[in-house]
Amino acid sequence: MASDTVADAPAKRPPGENTARSTRLAKAGDWSRRAPLLPALIFVIVLTQLPFLATLVVSFMNWNAYYPEERGFAGFDNFVRVFTDSNTRNAVVVTIMLTVLVVGISLVLGMLIALLLDRKFLGRGIVRTLMITPFLIVPVAAALLWKHALYNPEYGLLNGTLKAVLGEDAPQPDWISNNPLISIVAALVWQWTPFMMLILLAGLQSRPLDVVEAARIDGASAWQIFRTMTLPHMRQYIELSGLLGAIYVVQNFDHVFTITSGGLGTANLPYFIYQTFYTAQDYGRASAAGVVVVIGTIIIATAALRTAFSLFKEEAR
Amino acid sequence: MSATTETRETREPQAINHHKSPKSHILLTLAAWLCGLLFALPVVWMIITSFHKEEDAATNPPSVFAPLSLDGYRSFFDAGPWPPLLNSLTASVLSTILVLLLAFPAAYALSIRPVKAWTDVLFFFLSTKMLPIVAGILPIYLFAQKANLLDNIWLLIILYTSMNLPIAVWMLRSFLAEVPVEMLEAAQVDGASLTMTLRKVIAPVVMPGIAAAALICFIFSWNELLLARVLTGTVAGTAPVFLTGFVTSQGLFLAKVCAASFVVSLPVLAAGFAAQDKLVQGLSMGAVK
Repeated sequence: MASDTVADAPAKRPPGENTARSTRLAKAGDWSRRAPLLPALIFVIVLTQLPFLATLVVSFMNWNAYYPEERGFAGFDNFVRVFTDSNTRNAVVVTIMLTVLVVGISLVLGMLIALLLDRKFLGRGIVRTLMITPFLIVPVAAALLWKHALYNPEYGLLNGTLKAVLGEDAPQPDWISNNPLISIVAALVWQWTPFMMLILLAGLQSRPLDVVEAARIDGASAWQIFRTMTLPHMRQYIELSGLLGAIYVVQNFDHVFTITSGGLGTANLPYFIYQTFYTAQDYGRASAAGVVVVIGTIIIATAALRTAFSLFKEEAR
Repeated sequence: MSATTETRETREPQAINHHKSPKSHILLTLAAWLCGLLFALPVVWMIITSFHKEEDAATNPPSVFAPLSLDGYRSFFDAGPWPPLLNSLTASVLSTILVLLLAFPAAYALSIRPVKAWTDVLFFFLSTKMLPIVAGILPIYLFAQKANLLDNIWLLIILYTSMNLPIAVWMLRSFLAEVPVEMLEAAQVDGASLTMTLRKVIAPVVMPGIAAAALICFIFSWNELLLARVLTGTVAGTAPVFLTGFVTSQGLFLAKVCAASFVVSLPVLAAGFAAQDKLVQGLSMGAVK
């Protein structure tokens, strides 16, 4: 899309200006190269690395805002508490389950729907627009919508539909209380499937169709074409959308906060840390949990970054 | 699953190419429509409910065709949503501008005239996106408390800028990498200054990238809740924070919540629908064009 603008390249050349400066681009010093980068780099370092270093320091401190006089060095106490506390362990499990389920289900659904949309049919543009809609709802609003307008056992749309279809004796489950984690997963899948679908559809549409056509003429079945040609081509798009989705879902706060307020065993790590620091004012322990999250993230992120890097090497010029 | 259905005749219509028969074409079309409608349904339901009276909104079975009413919107706008909406607008727009101002030169230094370790720098930017915001929120909170910046919209603007800057750097870099070298050489031969080259040669080529980056930064800032909730209060609270306050309402509130959710989502819906292709570029950080 951005590559067809070469035509208007050669500008008018002012006479006699070209000799002295012709090697300017090549010979410029390192600092003039770095200068445009520095503001952004310093900005990001100051605002993302410094706070984390401070978190690291606080994680070794005994610091609860409710007991300011007890502030002091705590050694590894906070970490011991984090690892022995069942709430934290639960938060770790919830975070992993939430991320794996949401990213996994959204990827599969997104792929299926992208395949459906990768054809010419009546109203394709409209269907694509309909599909994008969930992603364009503000996450808190979406969580409120699912909690009150869909899941509510008395007047939510789910139970309302059950009653409208099955009559007065229809089951009226309390969706959130019965399956708190799945309720959150469903609401998140609804928002992230369009995200996956968009990236995967773009991938499908960048497929070299002549090769597929040749394979089809040679008698390859749809499944064979999908498995041996479409999937390998789609691998990088699947990895890219999965990676990006995971970055956001792992940090999800809005849905947990809105739908269950972390209750019913659904507190993930972001919510747990928020609660420990904001409600319980236990700065030391919240920081230790934060450090644990970061270490966990680094482990996952290293794998993810490796993926991103291999993708990057393929597309870089 | 049929991966590649093109509406073109085949030479062997009998055997394996049944995915091209008109019947399966209709079925797949129906399936696509069904998916689209299913995914849009909650939003449609939200809009319908927002135009119902509270007593019609909370019925079981649902009263889809109840008389329309603006009560939900009236009680939403009576609750004083303008300051938070304006705060959200300020934070999103200003942080987006800041992001672009910082990211564009950085992307230039990572593509057109790359610094030595440009891949390392690029991946450093990406890695900061993986550092959970929640892990740094306490020091930011304590600092803001000391510096008297709590409940100040500028704090959010700065934080949203740092949150979105890595995405914008990646995106703009991938667009800048496509600027043809000949064009740059031509500009250089003409003796154009750096700012001139940026403005006249590079910017036009990467305008789509800038638009996509702006769209995505705007959406992410507008949506953000955690930082806004922890760091702002009554003065600088944003629209998502305002929305969370609705849950505590007593009595019937479904129409009001739906109206509020719809109004707050409207800017994102409008921007996203208006620039669907930019959305894909932005979400993939420029990897998909």
